[in-house]
Amino acid sequence: MSHSRAKHRVAIVAGCRTPFAKSGTSLSHKSAVDLACLAVVELINRSNLDCTNVSQMFFGQVVASPLAPNLAREVSLLPQFPRTIPAITVNAACASANQAIVLGHDQIVQGQADVVVAGGAESLSDIPILHSKRLSQMLVKMSRSKTALEKAKLISSFQPRDVLPITPTISEPSTGETMGEAAERMAKVNGISREDQDRFALRSHRLAAAAMRNGKFATDIAPLLEQGAQGPVVTDNGIRPDTSLEGLARLEPVFDKKHGTVTAGTSSPLTDGAGAVLLMSEEKAISLGYEPLAFVKSYSFVAIDPGDQSLMGPAFAIPQALERAGVAWSEIGLVEMHEAFAAQVLSNINAIESKQWAQDNLGAAERIGEVDWENLNPMGGSIALGHPFGATGARMTLMLATEMKRRDVQFGLLTTCAQGGMGFAMILERS
Amino acid sequence: MTAITRRTIDDVDWLELDVPGRPVNVIDGSVRSELKELIEQSASDSGVKAIVLVSRKPDNFMAGADVEEFAKLKTRAEALTLVEDGQNLINRFETIGKPIVAAIHGACLGGGLEAALACTTRIGTDHKATRFQFPEVRIGILPAAGGCQRLPRLVGLRSALEMILTGRTHSSKRAAKIRLIDDLVHPAILESVALETARKLIDGWRPKRPRFRPEMVAIDKNQFARKAVLARARTKTLEKTAGNYPAPLAAIDAIGHGLQYGIEAGLAHEAAAFSELAINDGSKNLVRLFFDGTALKKAYGPSDGYPEPRKTSNVGVVGSGFMGSAIAGVVAARAVAEARLRDISVDRLVSGLDAARSIVDSRQEKGALSKHESRYRTFLVSGGVDWAGFGRADLVIEAATEDLETKRAIIPEIESNTKAECVIASNTSTLLIRDIADAATEPHRFLGMHFFSPVEKMNLVEVVPHENTERWVISAAAGFVRSLGKTAVVVADSPGFWVNRILAPYLREAWILLESGADPLELDKEMIEFGFPVGPVTLLDEVGLDVVLESSHALGEAYGERMSPRASLSRLVGDGRLGRKSGRGLFEYRKDKKKRIDKSSMELICDQDSPPPNRTSERLVYAMLNEAAAAFAEGVVGSARDGDMGAILGFGFPPFRGGPLRYIDRIGLSEVIKTLKELSEEFGQRFEPVTNLKQMAELDTKFHQQQL
Repeated sequence: MSHSRAKHRVAIVAGCRTPFAKSGTSLSHKSAVDLACLAVVELINRSNLDCTNVSQMFFGQVVASPLAPNLAREVSLLPQFPRTIPAITVNAACASANQAIVLGHDQIVQGQADVVVAGGAESLSDIPILHSKRLSQMLVKMSRSKTALEKAKLISSFQPRDVLPITPTISEPSTGETMGEAAERMAKVNGISREDQDRFALRSHRLAAAAMRNGKFATDIAPLLEQGAQGPVVTDNGIRPDTSLEGLARLEPVFDKKHGTVTAGTSSPLTDGAGAVLLMSEEKAISLGYEPLAFVKSYSFVAIDPGDQSLMGPAFAIPQALERAGVAWSEIGLVEMHEAFAAQVLSNINAIESKQWAQDNLGAAERIGEVDWENLNPMGGSIALGHPFGATGARMTLMLATEMKRRDVQFGLLTTCAQGGMGFAMILERS
Repeated sequence: MTAITRRTIDDVDWLELDVPGRPVNVIDGSVRSELKELIEQSASDSGVKAIVLVSRKPDNFMAGADVEEFAKLKTRAEALTLVEDGQNLINRFETIGKPIVAAIHGACLGGGLEAALACTTRIGTDHKATRFQFPEVRIGILPAAGGCQRLPRLVGLRSALEMILTGRTHSSKRAAKIRLIDDLVHPAILESVALETARKLIDGWRPKRPRFRPEMVAIDKNQFARKAVLARARTKTLEKTAGNYPAPLAAIDAIGHGLQYGIEAGLAHEAAAFSELAINDGSKNLVRLFFDGTALKKAYGPSDGYPEPRKTSNVGVVGSGFMGSAIAGVVAARAVAEARLRDISVDRLVSGLDAARSIVDSRQEKGALSKHESRYRTFLVSGGVDWAGFGRADLVIEAATEDLETKRAIIPEIESNTKAECVIASNTSTLLIRDIADAATEPHRFLGMHFFSPVEKMNLVEVVPHENTERWVISAAAGFVRSLGKTAVVVADSPGFWVNRILAPYLREAWILLESGADPLELDKEMIEFGFPVGPVTLLDEVGLDVVLESSHALGEAYGERMSPRASLSRLVGDGRLGRKSGRGLFEYRKDKKKRIDKSSMELICDQDSPPPNRTSERLVYAMLNEAAAAFAEGVVGSARDGDMGAILGFGFPPFRGGPLRYIDRIGLSEVIKTLKELSEEFGQRFEPVTNLKQMAELDTKFHQQQL
């Protein structure tokens, strides 16, 4: 490992992800740790990695299991690795894997590590079920009570509703607004029509289906090769090649049944999956004989008031990342944007293309740029592929880097919104 | 140099064992007399009130008596002197009038365990190295320094029988459960707890052992129940050993005798039984095998001078069929190495990966792996339809279908997908390695490895170098086999290698006997009585008649008439009667699992013209012995040791007979030649004694230089 003060350029050498499966379907019997291990074992094999080279691991996970709170460490304890690899799990909501990758990136830049495995995992089939605060308090008191009378008193105060399970929801603790409600509000404020949203969802499914058909995902996917009750899982199961505008139009709005436009069809589904990328310093990659997919040029994390348009993070993060990279919007040959909701994607695109928005929000004279639809999510996005919160960032990084190499694109951009009004953007470059 | 140090601290004597020049504390004559002297010193020293017995070896308490010592025993009187010497020493533990604490960390075996049993109390560490075992019956003797007396009194008859008759290892946790040890502690506090315990013992405290455990009252102290339990143990043992192994029966008797007539009578009984067993051939052979097995674990080639094997931590397996997946499974379960399976069919790959992972799971079910370890080890198994991951392999085992052209096509593919220092092996039982090797671009790193089925159970692998295999490749392969907990025997690249070659004439003779109307059940029974784990007819059905036919084509071509396939075998295979796997063969396979002869198969085999079967046992055994002599003369194995070990581990040649070559030595060459000549005259040329035997008889030499 190099400890020199010189900054190191970080290469994305390889990556792997599990198939993405709608929660409660073909991967529901696997924990997030299992999924992460599956992706990493396959990554090791496909990249012919000598595991003793790995210096650190970072993983993202949003809904952690209380039984394995540090998922990354569970992965780094795979018998393939030396038992001495520090590993950290992070939570930055839907940008968790991005955060994990960025942490690995920073360690390499600073010369603190030269080979990092980074990614994320989520099992929304295997989430902790909470119970009421009253019950928690009662149980704690019970364990501390000394006399039978005290215990009896506590038991007598018990009410059946205390054991009703509470499923954690994906909402803003600060405002109580769910992500879907936020998207619904953004659709209204930004005038995103139901038809445009349906059209965008259709596009996501069609492009994803075409990419799958053309074998573009096969190189990224670590299949689950078990017979079990479900049989082997080889492909993503959220993609619907046969979906139609008519079909999408028939769906009821979910978050505002009366005046709303956001439906299940224009939202990313709850999904199980994991993904990981292999990061190396450029020098290390060369010395080990790897030909990197792409290099990290810059990145940016932003946060805005979640009380405003909380999913507008990308429009704020993109100009910052571009500026840090010294790259113009027009030079970006490929964009990978997280599709939490069609309404959120289209709101952000409106902002990117609006001079007024740039003036009002960035204090810039000009708009960020014009979106080239040919190069935006050309293989579909989270609406079709699914969205395992902790893993999506790894999936996007891998897909962008792989496609940049295929198309021989000089600069690529990935961007995502995250709960809490957060936004992330990253610029990758080729050679 | 002394083996034991006596340190007196206040009123407690610490006897610290550290036998010089040995990795473990082996108790031979000189250690015994040293211990005796020190015990007497402690006994007569009025300042000493208690003794702690402890080891200074890492992870070993006492490995028991010196096996070398009783391998040399020639007469009953010698054996009796030896065992009485041991008994007197250990009995003294109980009579010195001062409490003794056994502070046990590491293996506590055989005589070491007997010493511990005579202590006032035993404290064991909760470390995985701490284990308790009576391995005696495995080498044809019985615990004879009071083990058969003190163990049942401490843990009860049933637990004692289980431990002594199986020779199975008990973890310290299990030992605590059956109350073999009184306390279970972390290694870090072993000595402080031992001291504390010694002090309590001085003050008159004694470990609490419930006097009336229900089981003990119901069985051990009840004459009728006890006799019934002993009789049942006897019947079960006889069933398992076909009466070939006297040691467990002697142990049952010694235990029963002691419980009936008291400990002294029991000790005398033990000693007498030991002196009988220790000098008989069965035990001598088992002891020799123990030494040979130990030596083979350090051998990485057919002779000395092979380099230390390189570590194999990543194994590629090509072909995820029955053999390939099982190999991948044992790689993960036993060697804790990565196993990457490749198969061009996804369906086969999935079932192969499942099979491999289930081998890991089965280790957990048996309690050999914790749930956590097992879960992680299953992640060592992965697979794909391409060559991904093969660049990381230290060893690739090709386990595709048994077809020369298929294998020849795969080897260059493996070569181009692996690093230059990766060893490549073909798993084959019937093909010649050189025929595959000449399709290789880099034949120096290629060799054969013959795994036996079922891989997870069979402890032998034949390692088959060809002319150009480099030495480091051979030792790497042998070292890998060792890491699976199996034994590697390096054999020459000739048809059938060693095991299948000497097995073939035996199975063929069984077939000829069936043709002449022999009763299959009777043939099986005779060979089980001889000491084989299964009879030849059952073995034919288990192996699969199609497999037998295919291999006899190859062997017949190479060795002529004595190996050639029988016409009636082709008839059965042609009729789809392939043995167990096809549901019908020589036996019927029905749901009730009762063994029934398949009469219609017998009709297809039976040749009315052939003479009625006689001298059946001799014919079966001598067909094998003659072939073993021939193969040995051709140098198929590097030594008689390897040949015998191969036959014992490869198809269960009776271990107490020492292996086919040792067995010939024992009968005597001239006697073997005489019998073969008689058989040849009566039943045909195939029994004509091979040249080698005749030459050896003339020179008056034997297969084994070292006799029993």
